[in-house]
Amino acid sequence: MSVRHALLALLSEGPKYGLQLREEFEARTGEVWPLNVGQVYTTLQRLERDGLAESDGEGEDGPQKGFRITPEGERELAGWLHTPPDLSSPPRDELVIKILIALRMPGTDVPAVIQAHRRYLVQLMQQWTRIKEQAAEGDLNLALAVDAELFRLDSVIRWLDSADGRIKRGRAAAPAAARPGLPKLRRNVGLRR
Amino acid sequence: MSMLELHSVSKTYGEGPAQVRALHEVSLSVEAGAMVAVMGPSGSGKSTLLTIAGSLEEPTGGEVLVDGVSLGRMSRGAKAQLRRRSIGYVFQDFNLLAGLTAAENVALPLELDGVPARKARAAGLRVLEDLGLADRAAHFPDQLSGGERQRVSIARAVVGERRLLLADEPSGALDSVNAEEVMRLLHAACQRGVAAVVVTHDAQLASWADRVLFLRDGRVTDQTAPIAGPESLLTPGAGQ
Repeated sequence: MSVRHALLALLSEGPKYGLQLREEFEARTGEVWPLNVGQVYTTLQRLERDGLAESDGEGEDGPQKGFRITPEGERELAGWLHTPPDLSSPPRDELVIKILIALRMPGTDVPAVIQAHRRYLVQLMQQWTRIKEQAAEGDLNLALAVDAELFRLDSVIRWLDSADGRIKRGRAAAPAAARPGLPKLRRNVGLRR
Repeated sequence: MSMLELHSVSKTYGEGPAQVRALHEVSLSVEAGAMVAVMGPSGSGKSTLLTIAGSLEEPTGGEVLVDGVSLGRMSRGAKAQLRRRSIGYVFQDFNLLAGLTAAENVALPLELDGVPARKARAAGLRVLEDLGLADRAAHFPDQLSGGERQRVSIARAVVGERRLLLADEPSGALDSVNAEEVMRLLHAACQRGVAAVVVTHDAQLASWADRVLFLRDGRVTDQTAPIAGPESLLTPGAGQ
């Protein structure tokens, strides 16, 4: 989450104070991404250093110090909005690594490992769904932010479901040869195609 | 008070080497006002569990109690009456009768149960109004969108004094916004005291439930803990 660009977006509406920026940031993201005060001021200092925002320039940093966006900041913000985030290279996903390791460890009940993660994710989704369900009708910001979380968690569960199915099929096809090494499982899955 | 109880329910189809065990000693209890989701992959026994809970199919072992009464001890007639009067079913493909309007579809279970037509229609219209479908009451199913059809089928499932809702992939054919609307309606029915069981492979649907059971190869293998409050998600640094 780019706090830097979120603050620039708020400043693009007009000059604001530090405290005001923090409150508006949380309101806009449906309080799903809470910020601490330190994060806000550190980011504002960097924006100022980079010439993307300017302050009143008087007194100490604090809640009452005012900030406004510069023309350079406006350009930076517009560029950021239209630039897709880098999703091209797969992230080092800890969950994926855990399942791959579980497959290599003899005697590991891999479906049970998968289920432990699935249960945790479903529980998280239940929490988010409750937040959405209890939110005021028409709170679009909150609904959008919670939906994003729900879709993200859902995609992880789908991956687990698919992994579960693949492992089950792979083992049914060649129970002895498939274990414990992942490369062997891969070969077996490949042969089935 | 448990609206639905399954005690060690098993179901096998066929005999000998061709025998398939669809459910193996499944136990579950759903209180009035609660929504329980049953999650599992295709072929895990979800739909069988639902049809047995709804008395549409007999188990080969174990016992099912609806509102404290054992289905095994009921006559066919008593079970039929229970299905008409107390249980509402919601299916993925809506199962609305094409030749009846939305209002007639909703009133049908009451009419089948002997409620005079005029009274049944009035009750049906009330439910359609509650679900924001008053202006669709005179439309036939093919004049409704997918989301509207499923809302009509939910109206049909809750009309009268139904206390148990059984839903099989209730939003499977809908886009995510309509799916959410369907789950909101089911959830609202639970808040009025109805017990619901939703079977699905979709985690987004299941996340509306108070409790999620995981079904695998006909067995309940796991379930979620009680839902934690939102604080843990909305505190700086949590969940990152």
